[in-house]
Amino acid sequence: MTHATATANMMHPPAPAEPGSGVYSNKLGMWVFLASDVMFFTALIGSYIILRFGLSEPWAAPGAVLNVPLTGINTFLLICSSVSMVKAYAAIADGKKYFLRSVPGKMLQDGGLKFWMLVTILCGAAFVGVQVFEYFKLVQHGLTPAGFREGSHYAELALADPVKYGAATAGLFGSTFFTMTGFHGFHVTCGVVSMLYLYFTKVLPEKYSPTDFRGIETIGLYWHFVDLVWIILFTIVYLI
Amino acid sequence: MSEHVRPNYILIWAYLFFLTVIEVAAAFLSHIPKHWLILILVVLAVVKALLVAMYFMHLKFERWRLRLIFIIPLPLAAILVLATITEKIW
Repeated sequence: MTHATATANMMHPPAPAEPGSGVYSNKLGMWVFLASDVMFFTALIGSYIILRFGLSEPWAAPGAVLNVPLTGINTFLLICSSVSMVKAYAAIADGKKYFLRSVPGKMLQDGGLKFWMLVTILCGAAFVGVQVFEYFKLVQHGLTPAGFREGSHYAELALADPVKYGAATAGLFGSTFFTMTGFHGFHVTCGVVSMLYLYFTKVLPEKYSPTDFRGIETIGLYWHFVDLVWIILFTIVYLI
Repeated sequence: MSEHVRPNYILIWAYLFFLTVIEVAAAFLSHIPKHWLILILVVLAVVKALLVAMYFMHLKFERWRLRLIFIIPLPLAAILVLATITEKIW
């Protein structure tokens, strides 16, 4: 085989499903990465459980320190972005590459890949924006990764009610909270940046087709996993 | 992904939304004892996570060999946490 032929063969698109694993390499690779990410988040969540429930001193009531209604709205945003992602997947599987299209006899227009991907990106970006706002407010009121800042609003509240605000464990509360939600926020940010890249390089130029939309399925798996992790984090950090 | 009847994604979204509302209501509006509350919230979170994994990530419709990639780390994760808890107890 000459060098030219070998190069030409390498340029051929891979088969949609490769023999052996039964799925194409991008998807298999994403699943293996997600399996490793399960262990990564387990290390964080497991450490949190042990640190929190292994202590004899009281832990701050999440509702007293954290803004649960705001985070509830953020959780709703992430769930919406997950459903819009799967709608984007379904749209391209049906060959709907367009943004919006009128359907005879229906009031609402039918969304295509371009529309649902944009909704996903906007919801994801809004989630990160709300999280940054939440961090800003928490730090402003005195919650830092090192605990309650001296002289701050939270420090005064903790002095008045050390049990409700977990005065003795504020350092652990702050460090575990910012580490877990921070790493999750980093995952969301990476997802939004990746989707923006796909949107401008593949979705808008209509490079995906019903027979090959590997990028959409692969980024979709990542995005749903980020949603799944948030479901767990929201429960154990904000509700328990 | 293998060929299958497509699930109703909007219905799954509605389930996720209502389960989240129930979680927040149970955590802040109910007077359930703490131990029971933790159990209820964890069960609800696991149900929501399963809905996302099975229907949005299409694990329900994938082959077993692919599902195993995601399932195998779960007992390992449990071992990791339990081993660390044991160390704390000792």
